[in-house]
Amino acid sequence: MVITGAPSESVTARKLTTAKAMVEAISQEMDRDPSIFVMGEDIGAYGGIFSSTSGLLEKFGPQRIMDTPISETAFMGLATGAAVEGMRPIVELMFVDFFGVCMDQIYNHMAKIHYESGGNVKVPVVLMTAVGGGYSDGAQHSQCLWGVFAHLPGMKVVVPSNPYDAKGLMISAIRDDNPVIYMFHKGVMGLPWMAKNPRSLGPVPEKPYEVPIGRAAVVRTGRDLTIVTLSLSVHHALDAADELASQGIDCEVIDLRSLVPLDREAVLESVAKTGRLLVVDEDYQSFGLTGEIAAVVAEKDPRLLKAPVSRLAMPDIPIPYSRTLEYAVLPTAERIAAAARLVMA
Amino acid sequence: MDNETRLGLYKTMVLSRSFEEAILRDYHADKKPVWDIGAGLIPGEMHLSSGQEPVAAGMCAHLTSNDAITATHRPHHFAIAHGMDLRLLAAEIFGRETGLGKGRGGHMHLFDPSIHFSCSGIIAEGYPPALGIAFAFQRQGKDSVVVAVTGEGAANQGAFHESLNLAALWKLPVVFVIEDNDWAISVPRDASTSIRSNAVRATSYGIRGTRIQDNSVEGVWDAAKTAVERARAGEGPSLIEVHTVRLWGHFEGDAQAYRSDLDSLIDPIPAYANQLESDGVLSREMIGSISQEAKMRVEDAIEFAKSSPLPSATEVDRYVFA
Ligand SMILES: Cc1ncc(C[n+]2csc(CCOP(=O)(O)OP(=O)(O)O)c2C)c(N)n1
Ligand SMILES: [Mg+2]
Repeated sequence: MVITGAPSESVTARKLTTAKAMVEAISQEMDRDPSIFVMGEDIGAYGGIFSSTSGLLEKFGPQRIMDTPISETAFMGLATGAAVEGMRPIVELMFVDFFGVCMDQIYNHMAKIHYESGGNVKVPVVLMTAVGGGYSDGAQHSQCLWGVFAHLPGMKVVVPSNPYDAKGLMISAIRDDNPVIYMFHKGVMGLPWMAKNPRSLGPVPEKPYEVPIGRAAVVRTGRDLTIVTLSLSVHHALDAADELASQGIDCEVIDLRSLVPLDREAVLESVAKTGRLLVVDEDYQSFGLTGEIAAVVAEKDPRLLKAPVSRLAMPDIPIPYSRTLEYAVLPTAERIAAAARLVMA
Repeated sequence: MDNETRLGLYKTMVLSRSFEEAILRDYHADKKPVWDIGAGLIPGEMHLSSGQEPVAAGMCAHLTSNDAITATHRPHHFAIAHGMDLRLLAAEIFGRETGLGKGRGGHMHLFDPSIHFSCSGIIAEGYPPALGIAFAFQRQGKDSVVVAVTGEGAANQGAFHESLNLAALWKLPVVFVIEDNDWAISVPRDASTSIRSNAVRATSYGIRGTRIQDNSVEGVWDAAKTAVERARAGEGPSLIEVHTVRLWGHFEGDAQAYRSDLDSLIDPIPAYANQLESDGVLSREMIGSISQEAKMRVEDAIEFAKSSPLPSATEVDRYVFA
C-alpha cells in the first residue's frame, strides 16, 4: 500500500488554499507550455467564481485566458477541436450541474474520439468544474455528479480533497494526453466567503510536481474499519475518525483522489486488513460510486468482510434548498460516525 | 396612456423594490462577523433584480393570472409584478414549510401554478418549457400567452436559438423578453455577443423584434401591449429586448471589482417618480404613502416567513415522486 498523502510540515512550510494551489499549477504549466490556454465563464477579470483562475488574466493576458459567452456547447466543442490540433485547453464548466447543456460535446465527442480513431487522435483537455453543496444553493447548483462522468468511458476523473493534491493532480491532468475531468468541491477551495474545513489550507511545495492519476491515498491508518471516500467527505471522515478513536474505534480513511482510473488495490488492501467497509459519497447513492466500491470487494472476495458493506451517500433526492433538509441528507461527520458505529455494532 | 395605468406601473415597481430591500437587509443581517454564504436565515445565492423593475412592470401590466411566465435565476420582480403572493414567496426564500415549494426549491426555483409562474437557475433553459406552456394553451383553445424571460447573456445559448425557431415555426403565443443589463456576471455584453441588438436575431427567425434602449417602463408597456395582443390573436411570437440596469451585484456578496459603470447608473424608480410628479400624476405625499403601503405588505410577508415552521427533516424525501 502506498501512503501518498501531503508531505509533512518539515518538507514544506508554505501553506496555500486549494484554490491557490490549483492556480499555481495552471500558471506553472502555462509558463512551460505555450499551447495551454484557459477558457470559461467569468474566469478572466473575475478570476473564476470559485477562484480557480485568480490572477491568471493579469499574468497571461486575454490571448490565453478567455472569458466565453454563456455557450457551453460551443466552447466545450472548441476545447475538443483545439486539443485535436495540438493545443492543450483547460476549460471551466462553472458548476458541474450545468453539464446538461453541453454533455454531448463531452461524452460523445471529447471522450470517444481517441477510441474511435483507433488511437490516432488525442484529446488532451482538462475540464475543471465546481461540485458539491452544503450552503443552500438548491437542486441545480449543489450536485457532485462524478458518478456520471466516471460511468461514461473515455474520460479520466480526478477529485482532489486538499491543496497538495489539487496542485499535483492539476499538473498531471494538464500533462495527460486524455480528457481529464477535474472536479473541485467548493467546500475545499478555502474561499473566504464560505464555511470551510481547516484542511482547505495546507502545505504545498513551490516547485511543480505530479500526483499520479489513479492512485488513492491512505490519509489515516487504522485497524477496525475502512472508510472509502473522496473530496470534502474526506475531511468529514477524518473528523469522524477522530471522534470514533476516542470511543475505541480505529478507522482507516482512504481518499480515492481519482475515480477513473480507480485504485481498486488500495481499497482491497485496506479491507483485507480491517474487514469492514463504509463508503461515503456526496453524490447520489443509486448506480454510483458506493455501489462500485462495494462491487470491488464483492467481486474479489466477499470473505474479506466481517460485516456487511455500509453505504452513506446522498439519497436519490434532488438536493433541497432549506438548510434543515439539506443537512438531513449530506454526509456530515456526525452521520459518518453514526454509520461507522453501526458497522462495528 | 391613462394616469391610472401609469400609477399602477409605479406602484408595481415600488412593491418589487421594497421587497428586495427587505430581502437584502435580512440576507446580510446574520452572515457576520465572517461573511458566509451558507449562514443565516436566508442562505445560498441571492440574485436581486433591482433596477430591472420596469421590464417586469411594463410586461405584466398586460397579463392576467391565466397567462404564464418563465423567469430566471433573478425572478423576484417578475414574480411580484405577476401577482405572486408575497407571503408564499418570502417563506420560500426563508426556506420554510409554508413557502411555495415548501422550502425545497429556494429563490431560483419558484413554482406558482395559480399564476402559471416558474423559473430556473440554468441559463436559457426557461425558454423551451415556455414553448410547451404556449403549446398547451393553444391546444386547449385558450387565449393565454407566455412571457419567457432571460438575460442578454442567455441569448448566446443554444436553447435560446432553438426556441426562437420552433416558436416561430409553430406560431406559438410566446413573448420572449430579454433583460439586457449589460452584464452576465462579470462579462460585459460586448465581450459575449456578436451583435448589438437581439431584435435583429428575432427578425432572422421570422419573429417581430423590438429593442427598448432606455429602461423606460412606459416603453416596455407599449411594446408589450402589441406583442401580447398579437400572441393572443394567434399571430405568433414576438421578442422584446430592454436595455435595463443591474443596480446591485450579480449576486449578493459580489464585490463587482470588474465593474467601472457603477457611478453612471440611473435608478429607474425615482426617475419615473419625477416624471409622474412633473406630469401632475403623483405628489410627494403619494410617493410617501405608496412606499409606506408597499413596506407594510412586505414586512407582513417577511414576518409570516420568519414565524413559519422549517420543513421537517424526516420529510426530506417527500415530493420526489407524485
Ligand atoms: C447553463 C448555465 N451556465 C452558466 C450559469 C452560471 N450563470 C448564472 S447567472 C449567469 C449570467 C447570466 O447573465 P444574463 O443572462 O445576462 O442574466 P443576468 O444575470 O444579467 O440577469 C451565469 C453565467 C448557469 N446558471 N447556467
Ligand atoms: Mg445580463
